[in-house]
Amino acid sequence: MGDVFKALADPTRRTILDELTDRNGQTLFEICGRLANKHGLASSRQAISQHLEILEDAGLVEARREGRYKFHFINTTPLEPIVERWLKPGKD
Amino acid sequence: MRINVTSVIVDDQEKALRFYADVLGFKEKTNVPVGEHRWLTVVSPEDTDGVELLLEPDAHPAARPFKEALVADGIPYTSFAVDDVHAEFERLRALGVRFTQEPAEMGPVTTAVFDDTCGNLIQIATPPTQ
Repeated sequence: MGDVFKALADPTRRTILDELTDRNGQTLFEICGRLANKHGLASSRQAISQHLEILEDAGLVEARREGRYKFHFINTTPLEPIVERWLKPGKD
Repeated sequence: MRINVTSVIVDDQEKALRFYADVLGFKEKTNVPVGEHRWLTVVSPEDTDGVELLLEPDAHPAARPFKEALVADGIPYTSFAVDDVHAEFERLRALGVRFTQEPAEMGPVTTAVFDDTCGNLIQIATPPTQ
């Protein structure tokens, strides 16, 4: 499992998570289109693919095959320890 | 020089004609035998003398791996213009068309992507001038 903080320490990867929050379950093509057209990011498809791999390693993104297509989903479970550790009042 | 034909590579010409004509609403323009396949084109009913779409067999061994790789990444083979992506999405979805991308605002353009049942993904887009 990759480092969640390292995965989040990149603006493009955070933008990918923003867009998956807007609509969960996107193809690589849709993610690339949103980054290019909505955010003016000029990253190559290969670069976006590598960003997605880092997010997958950290458990923040899950890629699922549905038939011949592959969709990407956000998974916020790896962020829960952050809430538990610093954001929950009244805990030890 | 002018562009009069563009093509999509389909796994079955008869099936392709049914989808592109009966579901999408294009009109059959030319359908003549050429060797073991057919020269099969459709046109938009809004522009029957316009650019023809050739429904071309994917018989070449390189065609299918190429198409499968595009589909896996959600990449459309080509794009058609529609007046209203949201309305067209609803119409096609009601006809059982499978979308890999529901309508999304992409800067000045709204796009959606569907499966043509012949091994391709196709984008529909509302041009920004409309």
